[in-house]
Amino acid sequence: MASKFTVSNRTGWLMAGPAVLLIAGFVILPFFLAFYFSFTNQRLVSPNATEFVGMSNYRQLLGVTTLTLDPVRDDSGAVVMKDGEPEYPSLRTITRNNPDRPDLAGMREWFSFSLGGDSKTFVLARDVVFMKAVVNTFIFVLIVAPVQAGLALGLALLINQRLKGINVFRAIYFMPVVVSIVVVSLLWRLIYDGQSGLLNNLLGAISFGLIPPIDWLGNPSTALGSIIAMSIWQAVGFHMVIWLSGLQTISPTLYEAAAIEGASKWQVFRYITWPGLRNTAVLILIVITMQAFGLFAQIDVMTNGGPLDSTQTIVFQAIERGYGKQDISGGSAISVILFIIVLSISLIQRWLTREKT
Amino acid sequence: MARISLKNVKKSYGATHVIKGVDIEIEDGEFCVFVGPSGCGKSTLLRMIAGLEDITSGQLQIGETVVNDLPPKDRGVAMVFQSYAIFPHMTVRENVAFGLTISGASKEEKDAKVAEAARILQMEHLLDRRPSQLSGGQRQRVAIGRAIVRKPQVFLFDEPLSNLDAALRMDMRMEIGKLHQQLGATMIYVTHDQVEAMTLADKIVVLKDGQVMQIGAPMDLYHDPANLFVAGFLGAPSMNFLKVTVQGVNGGKVLVSNGALDPVEVSGKRGPFRVGDQAILGLRPQYLSVAPGSGKLHGTVALTERLGAETVVEVTLKDGNPLIAALAHDAVFDVGSQVHLDFDPDRVHLFPVT
Repeated sequence: MASKFTVSNRTGWLMAGPAVLLIAGFVILPFFLAFYFSFTNQRLVSPNATEFVGMSNYRQLLGVTTLTLDPVRDDSGAVVMKDGEPEYPSLRTITRNNPDRPDLAGMREWFSFSLGGDSKTFVLARDVVFMKAVVNTFIFVLIVAPVQAGLALGLALLINQRLKGINVFRAIYFMPVVVSIVVVSLLWRLIYDGQSGLLNNLLGAISFGLIPPIDWLGNPSTALGSIIAMSIWQAVGFHMVIWLSGLQTISPTLYEAAAIEGASKWQVFRYITWPGLRNTAVLILIVITMQAFGLFAQIDVMTNGGPLDSTQTIVFQAIERGYGKQDISGGSAISVILFIIVLSISLIQRWLTREKT
Repeated sequence: MARISLKNVKKSYGATHVIKGVDIEIEDGEFCVFVGPSGCGKSTLLRMIAGLEDITSGQLQIGETVVNDLPPKDRGVAMVFQSYAIFPHMTVRENVAFGLTISGASKEEKDAKVAEAARILQMEHLLDRRPSQLSGGQRQRVAIGRAIVRKPQVFLFDEPLSNLDAALRMDMRMEIGKLHQQLGATMIYVTHDQVEAMTLADKIVVLKDGQVMQIGAPMDLYHDPANLFVAGFLGAPSMNFLKVTVQGVNGGKVLVSNGALDPVEVSGKRGPFRVGDQAILGLRPQYLSVAPGSGKLHGTVALTERLGAETVVEVTLKDGNPLIAALAHDAVFDVGSQVHLDFDPDRVHLFPVT
C-alpha cells in the first residue's frame, strides 16, 4: 500500500515541489556532477568532446615524490660550494626532457630538507600551488577552530549573566556575523593597509612610532595570520550564541548545589559547566572546522591567494581553476578532495568525542 | 554548635515583600520543619539560610556566627534539593564525593567517607552507576549522600520527597527520620505535606504569606492551634469550622450555639468574646462521635467513605452547612438518614472572627 504522503497529500507535494527542485538542481546534482567531472577532461567552454580520463586529475593534483641528490663535485671529488652552500644539480635538468626519469616530468620543487651528510632531499609536487593551498587551509583550520571556539566560549560565559544592558553586549558581539563577509573583508583590507591602515596607525600611536608600518596583506609572513585574525573576529559571535544556548540548558540548581558544596569559580566550570557543554562543544568544533575548510571570500577579496601563494586555500584553488582557468574537471577534483577531507575529519571528531558508556 | 537563629528576617524583591519579618530559634540537633501552602515563602526562607538568596534585612545566625553576608560554602550547611541536583555526567561515587573532591581530600579519605555514606543510605551497589540509570528514590539517596558525606553542622531539605510516588515517599520519610537520629545534626526541612511535618519534626514552623503563623512541637500545634490557619492546615481530614454566636460568657468559659448546634460551653482562651459576638468553632473530624438520640449536632448523612479502620461521614447540618466526621470504626449509614453527633467540649477550639 502506498504511503499516505505519496498519494493523498498532493497539496503538500505541490508546496514542497519548488524547494525540492531547487535543492536537487543546485545542491544534489552539482554534488554528483563534481564527482563525474573530476574523472573527465571537461572544460568550462570547449569545442572538444568531453573525454573520460580516469584518475589523471587526481594524479595531477596529488602527485608528490621525493628525490635525493648528491652535491655537485669537481674533478678532485670535492663538493662545489656556491654562496657558502653546497651546490646541487639543477632540478630542471632532471624533471624536463629527461628520458631517464619520465615519472618526474613536469614536477617542481615544493620544499627540501637535509638529513645530515651532503645529500639533500627534494620534495617534488606536480602541483605545488595546490599543495601550498592544502597546507595553508590546514594551518587556518588548526588555528581558527580552537581559538575561535575558545574565544566564543569566553564571550558566552561573560554575557551569560543577569546584568543591566547585557543585551547590548550580546548585540555588539553578534554584529559582525550579520554583516556580509565581503563587506567585512573590504573593511579589513582598509584596516590592514600597509601605508595608512587603521592597524598601522594604532600600532604607531601606542608605540610612539617605534613600530614601523607593516604591509599586513602584502607580506608573505603576515598575510595568512592577518586573514586568520580577521576570520576569527568575524564569526566568533555566531559561535558565542551557540555556546550561550548550551549554557542555558544547564540547570541552575546544579550551580546552587556546587555553591553549597563550596566549589570555586574554576571548579564550577570544570565540574559543572564544561561537562554540561559537551554536546555543544562537539557541534561547535564540527561547524567551525567545516566553515574554516571553506575559506574563500576573505582570500578572494583581500589577497587573491598572494603574496607568493602564501594565502592560497583549497576552495580558492577550486574556484580559480574551475572558472579562472576554465578547468572544470580540475576544480571538480579539488572539490571532491575537500569533501573527502572534511568528511573524514568530521567522522574522526565525532568518534573522538563520542559518548563513552 | 549549630543553633540557628533568625531575628526579624525580611526579604523583598523590589516592592514585593516575600518574607515579612520572621523570628525563629532552632536548637542544636533539632529537626525543624517549615510547612505552609505554596507561595508562603518557606523555600525562600530555606534558601536564605543556605545563602542562595540575600537577606534584605534582619539577622541570621548559625552557631555563634552572623552569616548574613557569608557565601553558602562558609555557612557549614548542606542542602538536598527537590530536583535532587545531582550532576548528570558523574557516577554516583563522584557525586557523593563531590564536596570532598572540591576541598582536595585524598583518595583514601574520599573512599572511606563515600563508603560510610553508602552504608548508611544502603546504596553500596549503586556507586558506579550514572544518575540516568537510577530511579527517583535512588537519586534522592545520592543527593542525601552528597549532603552527609561532608558532615555539615546543618542539613537543609527543600521538599525532598515531593517528586517521589506515595509508597516511596513514606519509606524515604522514615529513612530521613532515622538519619536524623543517627547523625544528630540540626536539620531544616521544607514541605507542604503536613504528614511529613507531623511525623518528622521536633518543631514545626507554620508559614503563610511570608509570616510565621505558629511555632511549636507537632502535637502542641495539633491540639492547640494559635489561629484558624494553623487549625485548618494541620490534620486530615481538616478541621470543621462552624459559625457560632456567643450566648454567654462565664469567666474563661464561653457558651456558644447556632442553628445546628445545641448550646455548649467551651474554652474562651483565644478571646476576648462578648455576648452576641460571632465566633468560629473548630472541631476535628476525629473527635466527633455518633450519639443516637442525643448529641449536640444534628443533621443528615450526605456521603460516607468507608476506609476500613475509619469511616468518613459528610453530614449536612440542620442549618445547611457541611460537616465532616471521621469515626474510628467501620460504620454503615444510609444516605439521607438523621444523625446526631457528640463531642468533648475540651477538644474543640473557639476562634474570634477576624
